[in-house]
Amino acid sequence: MTPDRSTRVKNTTDNTPAIVELTLARFREFYREPEAVFWVFVFPILLAAGLGIAFRNRPAEASHIAVAKSAANSPVVDSLKTASGLVVDVLDDTAAATALRTGKVALVVVPRVDGAVEYRFDDARPESRTARMVVDRTIQRAGGQKDPVPVTETKVSERGSRYIDFVVPGLLGMNLMGSGIWGIGFSIVDARKKKLLKRLIATPMSRAEYLASFLFFRLSLLVIEVATLIGFGTLVFGVPLRGSLGQLAIICVLSSLAFGGLGLLIASRARTMEGASGLMNLVMLPMWVFSGVFFSSGNFPKAAQPFIQALPLTAVNDALRANMLQGAPWATVGGELAIIVTWLVVGFTLALRLFRWR
Amino acid sequence: MPATSTAPLALAVRGLRKAYADVVAVDALDLEVRTGECFGLLGPNGAGKTTTIEICEGLLNPDAGTVEVLGMQWTRDGRALRSRLGIQLQETQLSEKLTVAESVKLFRSFYPAGRSVDEVIGLVQLDEKRGSRVGTLSGGQKQRLAVACALVGDPDLLFLDEPTTGLDPQSRRQLWDIIDKFRSEGGTTVLTTHYMDEAERLCDRVAIVDHGRVIALGTPRELIASLGAGHVIEFGVDGSREIDEAALLSLAGVKSARRAGGSWALQVGAAHETIPMLLDTLETHGMPLTELRTHSPTLEDVFVTLTGRSLRDDA
Repeated sequence: MTPDRSTRVKNTTDNTPAIVELTLARFREFYREPEAVFWVFVFPILLAAGLGIAFRNRPAEASHIAVAKSAANSPVVDSLKTASGLVVDVLDDTAAATALRTGKVALVVVPRVDGAVEYRFDDARPESRTARMVVDRTIQRAGGQKDPVPVTETKVSERGSRYIDFVVPGLLGMNLMGSGIWGIGFSIVDARKKKLLKRLIATPMSRAEYLASFLFFRLSLLVIEVATLIGFGTLVFGVPLRGSLGQLAIICVLSSLAFGGLGLLIASRARTMEGASGLMNLVMLPMWVFSGVFFSSGNFPKAAQPFIQALPLTAVNDALRANMLQGAPWATVGGELAIIVTWLVVGFTLALRLFRWR
Repeated sequence: MPATSTAPLALAVRGLRKAYADVVAVDALDLEVRTGECFGLLGPNGAGKTTTIEICEGLLNPDAGTVEVLGMQWTRDGRALRSRLGIQLQETQLSEKLTVAESVKLFRSFYPAGRSVDEVIGLVQLDEKRGSRVGTLSGGQKQRLAVACALVGDPDLLFLDEPTTGLDPQSRRQLWDIIDKFRSEGGTTVLTTHYMDEAERLCDRVAIVDHGRVIALGTPRELIASLGAGHVIEFGVDGSREIDEAALLSLAGVKSARRAGGSWALQVGAAHETIPMLLDTLETHGMPLTELRTHSPTLEDVFVTLTGRSLRDDA
C-alpha cells in the first residue's frame, strides 16, 4: 500500500514571510551586480563632480587683444598694457588679422596717425564685445575722460544661484527616473524572459507581494541614493538645503514611485530586453532633453511648455529645486506634486491592468 | 507497490482541447492519473505534452474540456491547489545571482507549510553547493535545484516537464532517484519525456501522445506486450538489391517488418526461430549481412509501430 499522505505533518515553522524573502532577493540581485551599483551610486557623483568643476564660478578672464606694430610706441599701448583685465600682444598687420580670425585675440587696436583709434573685432562674439568695452574705457580714461556719476562695486557669489546648485537637484531627479524605470523594468522583463515569472505564478505566491517587493527595494535604495548625492553636493560644493527635509523626503518617495510605475508599465508586456530597452529610451530621452536636468526647461519655446511641464521629470526637478534652493512652502510645490501623483496613479493603474505574467 | 486501480484520482482530464493560431496542440485528450503513481506522457517534440501539462498546472486555459486536480478545479480553488502542487517547467532559469539555499528558501516562503530548506537540499544532493550562486551550477545541478524548488512545498502532486532533457547519464540517474524517493513516500508524479528508457524505468503507467491525442495507454509492460513480439531483430545488408518486404513477412514468427534508414527492423515472436530462416533467405538472394542485432521490444518500438515515426527527431 502507498503511505497515507494525509497524516503527514507538514512543517509550518522555519519559514520567513514571502515579502521579506522577495525583497531580500531584490537586494541580493542588485548588490551582486557591480555594474548596477556603479550606475546607481557612483556615476551620478562622478557626473556632479565633473560638472561642478567644469562650471565652477571663476574670476572674469582677461581679454586677449592685439595692437598693430606700427603704433608700438604710441602712449595708447602703454595705457593698455598697464590696464587690468587685458593681455596685450604687439603684432604686425597680417599676424594680427590671423590672430583675430582664429580667435587667439578678441580685438585688434590700430592707432592712426591723426590720433584716432580703430577697433577691429567681430561684433557677434561676446568676448570681443567685452574686450571692446574694456579697451575703449581704458583708452578714453587715459585720454582724460572722467566718470560723471560716481560708482561703487560690491561683488557677490550667492549659494543657490550657481550652476552646481542648479544641476545637483537635476541629477537627483534624473537618478530617481533612471533607477525607477531601469531598476524595476529590466528585472521584470528579465524574469519574464527567463520564464521565472511563469514559474513563480505556479506557486501560491501572492502576485501583489511580488510587485510590492520591487517597491520596497526601490524605496530602501532611494534613501541611500538621495543621501549620497545630496551629501556629496552639500559637503563638497556647498549646495544649499533650504527646504524641510520632510518635504524633500516626500518629493523623493512620490517621484520614485511614479517612475517605478512607469518602469512597471514599460515592463508589463515586453518579452525581450531589446524591446524593453527601446521603450525605456523612448520614454526617458524626451525627459533628459526637455525636463531641465542640465539647463532650464524654460529655454524651450513657449508653445512646447505645456507638454514639458506635464512631463514627470520636469515636475520632479522643479519640486526638488524649489525645496533645496528656495525652501519653498508646500503651496509652491503643490502643482508639481499633483503632476507626480497623477503619473503615479495612471502608471500603476495601467501597468497592473496590462501586466502579463507569462 | 504501484498504485492499485481503485486508488482515487490525482488528476482527471476530459476532452481537453487547446489550439494556437495555426496549430491544434491538444485535441480531445483524456487522462486519468491515480494517486500515488508515477505517470508518464511520452511523445515526440511538438506532440502537445507541454501544453497538456501546463493546462494541468493552471498556467494555460484550455479551449475546451475539464481538468480536475486533486479533486479541485483551477477556476475555483487556484490558490489552494497551488500550495499542493510541485512544478518544474521546461525552460525556467532561476535567478543566477542567488545561492542555492537562498533560492530554495525563497520558494519555501511562498508555501504556508512545507519541508525544511536543508531537508530538500539534502534530498537533491546539493549540500555541497548550498552557498554557490545558481549561475555557477552545471546543467544537472540546476535541474536538481529546480526539482528542489518544486519539492519544498511538500507537494502531493509533482509535475515535471522533461526533467532530464539535455542531461548527462549520471545527472539523469540522480533525478530518477529523487523521483523514485518521492513516489516511495506516496507522492503522485506526472512527467513528460521523450526518452523511452526514462518512461520504462520510472513510470507505473504511460500515455503515448502524438498530435495532441493519447494513442496508447498502459503500463510500459502492457504496451510492449501489445506488440505481441518477443524480440526485435535489426539487420542491414550490403549491396544495391532490394529485399522484398513480403518475403520478410512470410518468414515464420515475423509480426511486422519496417525499414529504418539503411536497415530493417523485424518484430518477431522468438529471435532464435526467425534468425536462421532470415539468414537462409539472405543467402539465397546473395545479399551479404552487414549487421545483425536483437533486442527486447521497447516503448520506442511501440511508438514506431503506432505512428511509423521515431520518437526523437534525431533518432
